[in-house]
Amino acid sequence: MQKVTREQLLNKASELLSNGTVSCVLGWAAGEFDYDVTPKMFNCVEELNAGFVFNDFCGANVSKYLVARAGKCEGKILVFLKPCDTYSFNQLLTEHRFDREKVYAVGIPCEGMADIAKVKAVCGDGISSIDTTGEDMKVTTLYADAPVSVAAADVLAERCINCKSKKHVAYDELMGEEGDVIDSARFDEVARLEAMSPDERFAFWQNELSRCIRCNACRDACPACTCEKCVFDNPNSGVENKSPANSFEEKLFHIIRAFHVAGRCTDCGECSRVCPQNIPLHLLNRKFIKDINEFYGDYQAGAEVGSRAPLVNYTTEDLEPGEVFDRRDNNA
Amino acid sequence: MQRIGVFVCWCGSNIAGTVDVKAVAEALKNEPGVVFSTDYQYMCSQAGQDMIKEAVKEHNLTGIVVCSCSPRMHEATFRKTAAAAGLNPYMVEIANIREQCSWVHKDMMTGTEKAVILGKAAVAKVNLNTPLTPGESPVTKRALVIGGGIAGIQTALDIADAGFPVDIVEKKPTIGGKMAQLDKTFPTLDCAACILTPKMVDVAQNENIRIFSYSEVTEVSGFVGNFDVTIKKKARYVKEDVCTGCGACLEKCPMKKVPNEFNLGMDNRSAIYIPFAQAVPKVATIDPNACNMLKNGKCGVCAKVCAAGAIDYTQKDEFIQEKYGAIVVATGFNPISMDKFDEFAYSQSKDVITSLEFERLTNAAGPSAGKLLRPSDGKHPHTIVFVQCVGSRCDACAEKGKEYCSKICCMYTAKHAMLTRDKYPDTEVYVFYIDVRTPGKNFDEFYRRAVEEYGVKYIKGMVGKVTPEGDKLKVQASDLIANKQLHIDADLVVLAAAIEPDQSARPLATMLTASMDTNDFFTEAHPKLRPVESPTAGVFLSGACQGPKDIPETVSQAGAAASKVIGLLAKDKLTGNPCVAGSNELMCNGCSSCANVCPYGAISYEEKEFRMPDRTTKVRRVAVVNPAVCQGCGACTVACPSGAMDLKGFANSQIMAEVDAICK
Repeated sequence: MQKVTREQLLNKASELLSNGTVSCVLGWAAGEFDYDVTPKMFNCVEELNAGFVFNDFCGANVSKYLVARAGKCEGKILVFLKPCDTYSFNQLLTEHRFDREKVYAVGIPCEGMADIAKVKAVCGDGISSIDTTGEDMKVTTLYADAPVSVAAADVLAERCINCKSKKHVAYDELMGEEGDVIDSARFDEVARLEAMSPDERFAFWQNELSRCIRCNACRDACPACTCEKCVFDNPNSGVENKSPANSFEEKLFHIIRAFHVAGRCTDCGECSRVCPQNIPLHLLNRKFIKDINEFYGDYQAGAEVGSRAPLVNYTTEDLEPGEVFDRRDNNA
Repeated sequence: MQRIGVFVCWCGSNIAGTVDVKAVAEALKNEPGVVFSTDYQYMCSQAGQDMIKEAVKEHNLTGIVVCSCSPRMHEATFRKTAAAAGLNPYMVEIANIREQCSWVHKDMMTGTEKAVILGKAAVAKVNLNTPLTPGESPVTKRALVIGGGIAGIQTALDIADAGFPVDIVEKKPTIGGKMAQLDKTFPTLDCAACILTPKMVDVAQNENIRIFSYSEVTEVSGFVGNFDVTIKKKARYVKEDVCTGCGACLEKCPMKKVPNEFNLGMDNRSAIYIPFAQAVPKVATIDPNACNMLKNGKCGVCAKVCAAGAIDYTQKDEFIQEKYGAIVVATGFNPISMDKFDEFAYSQSKDVITSLEFERLTNAAGPSAGKLLRPSDGKHPHTIVFVQCVGSRCDACAEKGKEYCSKICCMYTAKHAMLTRDKYPDTEVYVFYIDVRTPGKNFDEFYRRAVEEYGVKYIKGMVGKVTPEGDKLKVQASDLIANKQLHIDADLVVLAAAIEPDQSARPLATMLTASMDTNDFFTEAHPKLRPVESPTAGVFLSGACQGPKDIPETVSQAGAAASKVIGLLAKDKLTGNPCVAGSNELMCNGCSSCANVCPYGAISYEEKEFRMPDRTTKVRRVAVVNPAVCQGCGACTVACPSGAMDLKGFANSQIMAEVDAICK
């Protein structure tokens, strides 16, 4: 259960709409099922009352929607940001992707979001409704006689188990208390992969990435992927419009993507959340983040607006390319 | 479709020796776009160039591939040939089948195979080449010389002599550099001050030269012909234009116990000081770390005694912005620290000194007024041991010292030994050496005179250990020729310390984007053919910042650098490099990644209106490259996440075509 309720957010949004602070609201609406919550723009209080939801399945990071939406409505746009969303928000501002003046950001606390795959693992398929208002969520399925009770902690998404920060790094208004950056164990899995032999690691990724169906969901959801024209859609880039025709292409898609967002990825975890094939794509990005931290000192993309990511910055203290290999060899 | 001509050069036997040039020409005939292919002994010769020109006419060529030496050698040559034949010069590509092929392969089969592949890559690139036109930029007719030693002085004098204004930036309070500290100079033994100080006065009196002493360069932007430089004039707490250099303040200053850096700390100076009598500018400077008035507001004696009223305790660092067309680096050298060389007891005994300290000891203006006295007790030394190559010519893996030869030590040690024997014939002088290296006009004669006429004892071998014992220095050494151990009771040990580039060189190189070698010496554009130019256009090298040098060599290099600067400043306009970056604004996000990595500040942003597919308009922030400032380094093209940035002449598509051709 989330500490902040749908009603509280609804009241806040209605208040800001009525007093003219904002003219539209970027929030979440129910999808076909209770668990496939979708980002949605609301233009008036009536629309909000009818469709706005907030529950354990509001994992979607809505900051990316500001790129297309900010400036589209008359006044400001209200956006509800969970702590991890605020990092993407800042990173997009760093890259001048939307006008800060057109946005009213409300920071909301987050208790971690649920992973529907984990819920299904407990309750099986055929979920008809999920009630998240109580301490435990009540899952009703077509096949069970009574609703199944599931503890929220048991179905927490991986990115929330390894939550990096409860701190909002950007907001105009904060609901609830200021949180802290967390010393998470998010790099443990990367370290485990690093410890593998090259062959083992290749087999691991081969196994994961061979499931890719090139649906592009990871790219479309990624808040770092906001190019006017994506290289994968650009016929002149040489890597455009590839279907997973062979194992080389499917791997290269994800590697190119990881390189493209290197130094800019805030580790929000949207790529893995939206992947219909459950590929742990966040591990590729985390490898880059871990390397950057180890080579250039800790850097969190989006922690502040305008920060110079180590990969696009030069200082006389930067390590020499040779040292990168030395460290790699020492780690191996 | 291009109509490409391929011209394979034999380079005599340089290429033809390991590459079957006829087979290469034959193989490339079938590549897409190629309509003509031939080979010739010397493509760069007049006959070879004529062959290219004729082929352009006869076969109506639109592009040219020359398989020859490195493009650094003859790309410009063949571009001119193409231009003479009516082609755009940027339709020429060079396949380097000499340096990167024939010279590294011994086997004809592999050499030929690789030459064909390199040729195919060049053909693939030319297929995508487009004609490029360079822009022009004006030249600021003023030069900046960084460093005011003999190198900087000579360069500045020569540039000023040609009529161009020059600024010298010197970090010390006076110009003169290391040469001002020397006693006599080899091989003619004229006194350093007698030949240097008139030049310093010339600099001061030259209308075209401004001296920024006690100043440092803090920021450099711009490019050849148009550098913008920020110079920090450090507060010297004395008004430079008012001070007459009378020296009254020096005498009255109560703080007299400051180690005198000009004499390498072998005597003391006052807190307000003029480094030496012939300093230029002859203006006092207050040492803020030693002056009581500046530290705690108690004193003010110098202000009271200064008749000119030049003292200003409130002076602040001043930043000067100036534009320059050319920059000469003349940052010079320093002897390395002896801290790591404990075996010579440098830190344990005052009587173990470096050669530069020996210069001060024998200099008439030095701490002992030119009398060779031991620093410890002021007695005349009777046995002196000179140790050469201290920190020079060390193993690459050694933890201390330098791999290179410091070049000047053999000669100055011979000078020291000779002068000592000349002035004090009762002194026994030993010189321990690895080799004695004396290439240079009259150098070997000089060294032989030291041995044959002055009876200096040259011993091949290294000193292993120096141990202070009583008032003697026990020197353990090996004589490699006699194959025996020597034990010498010396009164004075002089270490010929290796020399290294000044500490200021590396940050300066970063500011100038000039390249350095692993020892922090500046790299020249070509070690043989362009020895005084840095690979960064508009940046020139003078003196020991480029490598160890003696005075004659430094002065000739300084003159050479000056002539290159004059050649540049004499031009009204510079033709730019058309291979610059350009942003495809339809793809640009305006994310600033490119501007962040641009070392030249060539990228700015503008809000631009775009028509959208649904007939609405959208204002977006997009990158704009200033082609006059862009140097074509390509950093932006790799930083751009969406591939909007591309380099003309080296487009991503062209590079990929080359890679594809190689991998096919």
